[in-house]
Amino acid sequence: MLALPASADEARRSGYDFMSRATRAMQDEDAANTGMLWVKDGEALWNGKAGGANRACADCHGDAVASMKGVATRYPAFDARMRRPVSLEQRINLCRTEKQKATPLAHEGPDLLALSAYIGMQSRGMPIAIVMDENTKPFLEAGRETFNRRQGQLNLSCAQCHEDNWGRKLAGNPITQAHPTGYPLYRLEWQGVGSLQRRLRNCLVGTRTQAYAYGAPEFVDLELFLMWRANGMTLETPAVRP
Amino acid sequence: MARTLITFPANARRGEIIEVKAIVAHEMETGFRHTQLGEAIPRDIITHFTCGYNGVEVFSATFYPAIAANPFISFSTVATESGTLSFNWIGDNGFSVTETAAISVS
Ligand code: HEC
Ligand code: HEC
Repeated sequence: MLALPASADEARRSGYDFMSRATRAMQDEDAANTGMLWVKDGEALWNGKAGGANRACADCHGDAVASMKGVATRYPAFDARMRRPVSLEQRINLCRTEKQKATPLAHEGPDLLALSAYIGMQSRGMPIAIVMDENTKPFLEAGRETFNRRQGQLNLSCAQCHEDNWGRKLAGNPITQAHPTGYPLYRLEWQGVGSLQRRLRNCLVGTRTQAYAYGAPEFVDLELFLMWRANGMTLETPAVRP
Repeated sequence: MARTLITFPANARRGEIIEVKAIVAHEMETGFRHTQLGEAIPRDIITHFTCGYNGVEVFSATFYPAIAANPFISFSTVATESGTLSFNWIGDNGFSVTETAAISVS
C-alpha cells in the first residue's frame, strides 16, 4: 500500500525555488557545484577495498550508476532485522560492518558524507518514493508528531515555521517548506557538505531545543516523515543551499 | 581523495574562446576567527592560482581571506594548439596542488 501525503497536489516547493540566482547557478551546473568534490570522493571510496573482508562496495554492488539508481529516493527504509526504518547513512554503515567487516563510518564524517552524496547522486532527477505501510507507519507518525509538537525554549513547532509561515522571512532568510530534496548538500553557511540531520540540528538549535544525537531513532523518524511529505518531488542531490 | 574539479572542453577549434572552470578543496581559514576558548585560529588560505597552457601562463589570480572555502574560479582563454593545461594552487603552510589535463585543438 502506498499512500501519498494529503498535500500531494498542492504546490509544494523545494528549497531551490527560494534561492538567489547565484546560488541556483551553483547547483545547476556540476562544474560549479562544490558538492561534486564529495561525490568524486564517494566514487573513490565506492571502488576501494576496505575492512577484514577486503572488499569494495563495487565488488558486490557493481557500478553504482546502475545498482544504486533510485535507492536514495526510498530512504529512510524499513530494515527487517533492525525492526525499524534506517537512514541511508545507517544502511551504508550496515554494509560497512556486516559485509566489509570494517568499523562504521562516523556520522557527518567526510567518508560517510561522500558515500551518501555519491549514492544520492545516482537518484538525482528521480521522484522521492517513501513507502508508507504497516511497517513504516508507526515511525512515520512519530516523526509527524515531532514535526507538529511545540518544543524548545522558544516553544515553536517545525510546522509553525514551515507550514504556517513559509514564504515569509526570518532574519532575512526565506522560510522554506522544509522539503529534504537535496541531501546531503553543500550549504554555503557550512562551507561544506552536510546531512539532513545536520540541517535539522540547525533548526532545533535555532528554536533552542536539545538536538538528538546523529542516528538517533527520533531523528530517523523525523527524516522519514519529511521525506514522505516530499513524496513525488524531485531529488536534487547534491543540492546547494545558502 | 578528490582535491580538484576541473572542467573545459576536451576538443576545441583553433581560435575558439573556451571557458575553464576549476574548484579546489580548501578550508580557506581566514585568520580572523577564534576557538571557543578564545585562541586565534591561524590563517590558512590559498594565496595564488595560475593556469598554464603548454607552459605559458594564460591566467592567474591572487586570493585573500574573504574568499570562501573550496574556491571556484572561472575564466576564458583562446584555444591555440593541442597540448596541456596545467593548474596550480599554492598557499599557506606549503599548500600546493597541481593538476594537468589535455586539450585537443583542430
Ligand atoms: C523559527 C522558524 C523555524 C523552525 C521552528 C524550524 N525551521 Fe527549519 N528552517 C527555517 C529556515 C529559515 C530555513 C531555511 C533558511 C536557512 O537555510 O537558514 C529552514 C530550513 C529547513 C530545512 C532545509 C530545507 C532545504 O531546502 O534543504 C529543513 C529540512 C527544515 N528546516 C526542517 C525543520 C524541522 C524538521 C523543524 C522542526 C524540528 C524545523 N525545520 C524548525 C526555519 C525554521
Ligand atoms: C559482501 C557484499 C557487499 C559489500 C562489500 C557491500 N554491500 Fe551493500 N549490500 C549487500 C547486500 C547483499 C545488500 C542487500 C541487503 C542485505 O542483504 O543486507 C546490500 C544493500 C545495500 C544498500 C541498500 C540498497 C537498497 O536497495 O536499499 C546500500 C545503499 C548499500 N548496500 C551500500 C553499500 C556501500 C556504500 C558499500 C561499501 C561501503 C557496500 N554496500 C558494501 C552486499 C554488500
